[in-house]
Amino acid sequence: MKVRAQIGMVLNLDKCIGCHTCSVTCKNVWTSREGMEYAWFNNVETKPGIGYPKEWENQEKWNGGWIRSKNGKLEPKQGGKRRILANIFANPDLPDIDDYYEPFDFDYQHLHRAGESKHQPVARPRSLISGQRMEKIEWGPNWEEILGTEFSKRRKDKNFDKVQADIYGQFENTFMMYLPRLCEHCLNPACVASCPSGAIYKREEDGIVLIDQDKCRGWRMCVSGCPYKKIYYNWKTGKSEKCIFCYPRIEVGQPTVCSETCVGRIRYLGVLLYDADKIADAASVPNDQDLYQAQCDIFLDPFNKDVQAAAKREGIPDAWLEAAQQSPVYKMAMEWKVALPLHPEYRTLPMVWYVPPLSPIQTAIESGHVGMNGVIPDLKSLRIPLKYLANLLTAGDEKPVVRALERMLAMRAYKRAQQVEGVKDDEVIAAAGLQDWQVEEMYRVMALANYEDRFVIPTSHTAYAQDAYDMKSGCGFSFGNGCGSSSEVNLFGTKSQTVRQVIPVEIQE
Amino acid sequence: MSFINHLLFGIYPYIALAVFVLGSLIRYDREPYSWKTGSSQMLESKQLRKGSFAFHIGILAILAGHFVGLLTPHQVWDVLGISPATKQMVAMGAGGLFGLICLYGMTILLKRRLHNPRIRATSTRMDIVILVLLYAQLILGLLSIPFSMGHLDGSEMLKLMAWAQNTVTFNAQAASLAIADVGLIYKLHVLLGMTLFLLFPFSRLVHIWSVPVKYMRRNYQVVRQR
Repeated sequence: MKVRAQIGMVLNLDKCIGCHTCSVTCKNVWTSREGMEYAWFNNVETKPGIGYPKEWENQEKWNGGWIRSKNGKLEPKQGGKRRILANIFANPDLPDIDDYYEPFDFDYQHLHRAGESKHQPVARPRSLISGQRMEKIEWGPNWEEILGTEFSKRRKDKNFDKVQADIYGQFENTFMMYLPRLCEHCLNPACVASCPSGAIYKREEDGIVLIDQDKCRGWRMCVSGCPYKKIYYNWKTGKSEKCIFCYPRIEVGQPTVCSETCVGRIRYLGVLLYDADKIADAASVPNDQDLYQAQCDIFLDPFNKDVQAAAKREGIPDAWLEAAQQSPVYKMAMEWKVALPLHPEYRTLPMVWYVPPLSPIQTAIESGHVGMNGVIPDLKSLRIPLKYLANLLTAGDEKPVVRALERMLAMRAYKRAQQVEGVKDDEVIAAAGLQDWQVEEMYRVMALANYEDRFVIPTSHTAYAQDAYDMKSGCGFSFGNGCGSSSEVNLFGTKSQTVRQVIPVEIQE
Repeated sequence: MSFINHLLFGIYPYIALAVFVLGSLIRYDREPYSWKTGSSQMLESKQLRKGSFAFHIGILAILAGHFVGLLTPHQVWDVLGISPATKQMVAMGAGGLFGLICLYGMTILLKRRLHNPRIRATSTRMDIVILVLLYAQLILGLLSIPFSMGHLDGSEMLKLMAWAQNTVTFNAQAASLAIADVGLIYKLHVLLGMTLFLLFPFSRLVHIWSVPVKYMRRNYQVVRQR
């Protein structure tokens, strides 16, 4: 047993209101630079939809993630090492910028400078890459917001597999949910495996996956390797970038920017202990639908004495073990089983998990023939098809989704009986396999969701690892090359990262 | 004349090679953030996929050919029983074939770099300069093939080999003497070749140093300790 610790995340989709605060705050902090305009380390998609970049879930198209070969070994779906190197001159699985969207800005200055004319001046869009006029914006970062675009396009959503999708194109049957997405900081990352330079790595102490910007050579294999398409090629620096899980904040015990600013309080951060020796076996179980359970099986119980002893032998600090015991992520994923991984069938063992959303009961059922199971409605009558959620979260296996939804409904029924009717309804929670103390804790963590219950993050004691005296008067965050990178002259002819170089559009009067 | 000849073929190669080696080392050490392939595939994929593969296959084969052809001492070829005439025929045949493959790819890539608005706007000046110089060098090389038809005995080739081998053994006097009376087209080709070495550390060509050979031997997963 080799115990390692990771800060994991859970997103409670039942409470996501799709406000994009997470995306915008993340962008303001990390990707508001030339070359990264199109990149959103965190984005919120409306499902069903093909998403960002287009059809990212369609691995027949993009070849992301892993496949299990006949001998039981895992190999990146885009090909083994030899094939990756053979494709190095031109990567056949690389999304174009148009699969994300062409970044644009508007000529606001024209509004100030336009001369007197018969018509009101307008600010027209232009490309932030070529600087040229864009006559029509064809796609954007959230083009499908709240079911925008026609159903025939959104129908391509891979999660419609084995769902009779065409029914859901009808207005009466339509459904939607939000899916905030970020890097999964996987236990078995396919991007790391695809990197010819070895520039991408997983940090041992907290599991954050990072790209070493000085070692990245821009072979761009990680972009196609990641099945979640959460690695972005910066066309200006020629290096790939990705969500860094706000590691400077995590190191000092603060939540990530997306979590901190989430107005719906849907995000949870906490420590998970896992057995690193079992990763390879768990990721290569034969059946896709067993991957969820296999991943649960490598998580370790932080209350177990043997686990604690082994963790100490690996040098995991006491504060981390304590945090693991209070971890909301462990509670939701392992104790209550309400959080599920996103697309476990990619075999990357993702570490950002999701609580499936409840949805309204269809009108037909409300008008008399309600499928009821005691106070809990029959889950088949929920507006979002179970199969759709299962395709998203458990490789198509509905049972874990049903269990999660039942437990959330049971918690609601129990608390309603308790607070409105003044009755203690043990029956309803017993049917969902819960006990009253668990429900009270679920209620505290998931419904009230106080700050200190959502974020249990131990600091990584960097003060001891670094000599603060040497860091005095340092230049802090810079674009490589020490503090001098702001100068415009560069011997090696590379573009300055701090100067915007987009060619302005010529305004013709 | 002999002074200029010595300057260009006896001294300039050392300046170029010194800048090539030291410049690469300094850039690798001081500016690792700028060390990259500079791929623009994401902005334009279709033309790149057509051009890049042909270009790289062609140029790698040509580079290998030059390396082996110029730096293997002629005694070795004698032992192997390959006469200069045969060697020249092989060089012209293989060089011509891979040269044409490379020309096909580079024509597509050059057109793309100059005329695709996205690629043009995101190119640095050096990106364009180095591509144009490589294109010119390739055309000079291909043009030298018909000239070589005029002397199929391999005598010009032996002079060029002597120049290269004397240069790498630091015998500048003999090197410039060896190359003094070869045809102009070869001289131009050699000069431009040295200039490419000179510009190498300041261009995206540095990615050649980073051929990811270690990838084949490493584990798929990389975990870093604090």
